[in-house]
Amino acid sequence: MDEQLQATPICSRHRALNALMAPFGGWDMPIQYEGIIAEHSWCRTQASLFDICHMGEFLFQGDFEADGLEDVFTFSVKTIPLGRSRYGFLLNEQGGIIDDLIVFRLAEDKVMIVVNAATAPKDFDAIKGRLRGGAFTDITAATGKLDLQGPLSRYVMVELFGEEVATIPYFKFITMNILGVEAIVSRTGYTGELGYEIFIPSEKVCELWDLMLTDERVKPAGLGARDVLRLEVGYSLYGSDIDEETTPLEAGLESFVNFDKSFIGKDALLRLKEQGVTRKKVAFEVIGRRSPRHHYEICFEGETVGAVTSGVFSPMLGKGVGIGFIKPELASIGTPLTIRHERVSMEATICELPFFRDGSVRS
Amino acid sequence: MSMYFTKEHEWVKVKEGIGAVGISEHAAHELGDITFVELPKIGAVVKQFGVLGSIESVKAASDIFAPVSGKVVKINDALDTAPEIVNESAEDAGWMAWVEIADVAELKNLMTQEQYDAYLKTL
Repeated sequence: MDEQLQATPICSRHRALNALMAPFGGWDMPIQYEGIIAEHSWCRTQASLFDICHMGEFLFQGDFEADGLEDVFTFSVKTIPLGRSRYGFLLNEQGGIIDDLIVFRLAEDKVMIVVNAATAPKDFDAIKGRLRGGAFTDITAATGKLDLQGPLSRYVMVELFGEEVATIPYFKFITMNILGVEAIVSRTGYTGELGYEIFIPSEKVCELWDLMLTDERVKPAGLGARDVLRLEVGYSLYGSDIDEETTPLEAGLESFVNFDKSFIGKDALLRLKEQGVTRKKVAFEVIGRRSPRHHYEICFEGETVGAVTSGVFSPMLGKGVGIGFIKPELASIGTPLTIRHERVSMEATICELPFFRDGSVRS
Repeated sequence: MSMYFTKEHEWVKVKEGIGAVGISEHAAHELGDITFVELPKIGAVVKQFGVLGSIESVKAASDIFAPVSGKVVKINDALDTAPEIVNESAEDAGWMAWVEIADVAELKNLMTQEQYDAYLKTL
């Protein structure tokens, strides 16, 4: 095991629960407790608690335009209303995705940027290198993050923290007192279910974890279940589905790119738009219970036309589902594909996202 | 009835020339939630340590190897729709196939329960 692995403040709790731990993004993280499918099913029907302390958080305070932050991401920061958050990308000059992230508008001159764990150091350097001023700090170590996700999560949150939580709409957040400290409660998540992300000073996060688990509707869930949940609703996983070699245009994520503003990588994306992409993201359903997996080949009429970037057996659909990149001329709904790897071969059909449509995310 | 194991964590229970074959509880536990089992066809002839089928869980996919050579005479169809039986009962209801054992001498290449338990401790 990598000796450089970092541990979250909840680490001792995971061990006490006998969780299966594994390295993820440089952190020693819980993959599962009682089992991936049981935890997946709990999250789709009850409320699941995830330790997400590994994710990175940065603070920026300054003049968004004068200090250069406005041009850093594929979306406008200054137009995010107070108390709202926005999803989008940090791109390199070639339009490749350095990271996908969410920016929270905390104040007139202040935002929190939430990034993936594995990319946090390079994100920080990339953003800092593009800023001309303002105060930019990495608050990852000082910030604890727990996600409560599932159709019952609102009831749990209201019972624990008060009525105020009940009214937070999707992609909005409030600042409130939890356990005597200031916390951010955001209606966002990565499961396709109604849910909340809670940011709290890291010295309080263990206490919050324990408190939330006192509610019998809440059970812990690991990153294994989180991956199944996110893939069923078609969310991209950085490092698997998107990376620095992939642009939002190829990944079907153009709606998170605002071409009416300037941002680094825009020229490359405009050129790519004109030339046309050479590969495109598709979603497919497997006929049967086999699971497509990262790097499996995608074939059409006997010829390799692309590769799988994410795949899983979907418990909700009862069949294998996956995401991959193929030649754009083949990327239409209904196209039959064969997914291959060594002896393994499975028939699949290109379909629309999300695979699972009945999540409670907007309820 | 004698039970033998492979280093790849398959088992075979031998009775009257027929070997019932499956994967060990240890293997099932390591795989986690099993979502798919590929069974051999009835009549297929398998070789000792050759591929018998495959098994997939949420976490991983792996081949199942035949602990003995012989002809497949029966398969556990229930696993097609309920592969989780392997998690619930890997060394009993989760059996995968019956093989007509071609050469009982091959059992010498396998581990007894005691040897297998000792082997697990070395992993």
